[in-house]
Amino acid sequence: MSLRTALGPSALGMTQTEEPSNLAGRNTKASVVRKVLFLATAFAILALGALIWDVTTSGARWLSLDLLTNTASRKPEQAGLRPALLGTLWVIGLTALFAFPVGIGAAVYLEEYAPNNRWTRLLKTNIANLAGVPSVVYGLLGLGVFVSMFSLGRTVVSGALTMALLILPVIIIASQEAIRAVPSSLRQAAFALGATRWQVARDHVLPAAMPGILTGIILSISRAIGETAPLLVVGAAAYVTFNPSGITSKYTVLPVQIYEWARRPQQDFQDLAAAAIVVLLVLLLVLNATAIYFRQRFSRQVKW
Amino acid sequence: MAMMPDGPDEARRESTALADANDARDRAKETLVPAIGMGVAPLAALGGAAPVALDLSGARSRGISEQVVGIVLWTCGAISLLTTVGIIVVLVQQALVFFAQVPVTDFLFGTTWTALFKTPLYGVLPLVSGTLMITLIAMLVSIPLGLMSAIYLSEYAPVRVRDILKPALELLAGIPTIVYGFFAVTFIRPDVLKPIFPGIGPFSALAAGIAVGILTIPLVASLSEDAMQAVPRALREGGYALGATRLEVAWQIVVPAAFSGIIASFILAMSRAIGETMIVALAAGSKPQLTANPLEAMQTMTGFIIQAFSGDMVVGTAPYLSLFAVGLLLFFITLALNMMSHWVVGKYREVYE
Repeated sequence: MSLRTALGPSALGMTQTEEPSNLAGRNTKASVVRKVLFLATAFAILALGALIWDVTTSGARWLSLDLLTNTASRKPEQAGLRPALLGTLWVIGLTALFAFPVGIGAAVYLEEYAPNNRWTRLLKTNIANLAGVPSVVYGLLGLGVFVSMFSLGRTVVSGALTMALLILPVIIIASQEAIRAVPSSLRQAAFALGATRWQVARDHVLPAAMPGILTGIILSISRAIGETAPLLVVGAAAYVTFNPSGITSKYTVLPVQIYEWARRPQQDFQDLAAAAIVVLLVLLLVLNATAIYFRQRFSRQVKW
Repeated sequence: MAMMPDGPDEARRESTALADANDARDRAKETLVPAIGMGVAPLAALGGAAPVALDLSGARSRGISEQVVGIVLWTCGAISLLTTVGIIVVLVQQALVFFAQVPVTDFLFGTTWTALFKTPLYGVLPLVSGTLMITLIAMLVSIPLGLMSAIYLSEYAPVRVRDILKPALELLAGIPTIVYGFFAVTFIRPDVLKPIFPGIGPFSALAAGIAVGILTIPLVASLSEDAMQAVPRALREGGYALGATRLEVAWQIVVPAAFSGIIASFILAMSRAIGETMIVALAAGSKPQLTANPLEAMQTMTGFIIQAFSGDMVVGTAPYLSLFAVGLLLFFITLALNMMSHWVVGKYREVYE
């Protein structure tokens, strides 16, 4: 009864008898707000719908097999995406080759090896900050280091190296999370049997964390496929009529091709850009579906 | 596990090696059966105990390969640090060359940016104001809509609705920004804004800003929702027990409790909007000007960098070097915002047992 004495004898009684209940009003307010909140959430979905509708209706006319097999052309009827698609394949393949081992290695180091000291904290802060650096700044880095300093020029390999640095923080963070989710009893059991640190990481932690790592990797790849700005800066060419022939070849990629078409004033090229966007979105959708498939399939197998 | 100090681990490894060696010797002595796998069979057959000095258990090579692997993994971590160092060195070095030609004060306080003209002027303020205008418009879109989505998803949505809306938001986050740029030019401007503002030009800060806003909605929504989900259930139940409605619980209990995370999400969205490149390159135009009218064309810092590379750029010239000065400014602004968001989370986080 301390509450009653603290508030005075009449305080609780007053609210009960003399003030009319405001519950009905409060409930109305709550249900109105609920609808407003739902509409706000639906807005984003509507925007997504409008976006997809916009690109498919504009691009439908140009969507054909010719679009995938033709090369760049001044005439919209003959313009196609073949060099851009192959360029994307080259650049992304090479990016993956550079970024995956380093990214997973860094994650294993941070989660399994690194002592809790100032150096490790510096690394972690650094990775979090790198993830927030605008992609165009990575382009300037690639221009200064790979294109100029290493004299790699405006080639597939300098584009891929730039892109690898860009997605490295994404891979590290996703892999770290996946590794952290592996229960420590698994590690302790392996250590107890005399396994070394690397044996524990390689034979037990990494296989258990693989579904999470794979998901992160696929998401980072789809991020890289859609990136335009850094590759424009390190010199993906605007007008490419040949297939990239190797890592020192000149190249263009899908989003850069889209940018070049979208920039032109002619309606035909605008619509071609829309068609190319549809191709890009389908590619990303397939990748994301694969990521979800991996997540579902492997998470069902592993039970702790 | 990662926090385990090196000392005890080192000791454990050595004792394991010793145990291995002793074990192998004993077994060889007892049975006289060649323990081929252990590598001690020839010595045992000769009738003597394996010399203690000759450690054939593989512990040493194991130790060495352990060290090599440790160094390789450490290098992987160091590469990420090297990236930051590389960014700073490249930007600062080129910017210093630029500032030798153009005084820093002219750059920071000049009000005309005509870097690609015949008589170039390098006053960065129009680019900064363009960036801020587009960021402001984007925040006006994404902060209310993102926060409301987060509250709905975290506090209101039934599981089935949530299972549809959340992946849809993630899908929105996964769409490349060039696609948003195209959307701004071909849909937001002609179909949404033109009927409302007939005077809008082909390129405008408003169309670009709205597209950047839509792009950052998922970021605000998902980070804020994470923060709200972390608020313990007991707090909500306490609110309901006192007779609060769902709205009162959401707005007066959950949002204040998750405030640091929500603010951090706003700051990160802002940093993302400032660094956003392809939307503004397509939709905002390429006319750097100091104006408060969002219906006009503007150029942002990122937009200038892209415009410069769409033409011919001669390495080492002042316009080329100015890119790095603009990039440096951009890097510092976004870095400051990112660090601020981490600081907010650390400093104002409510800790619940």
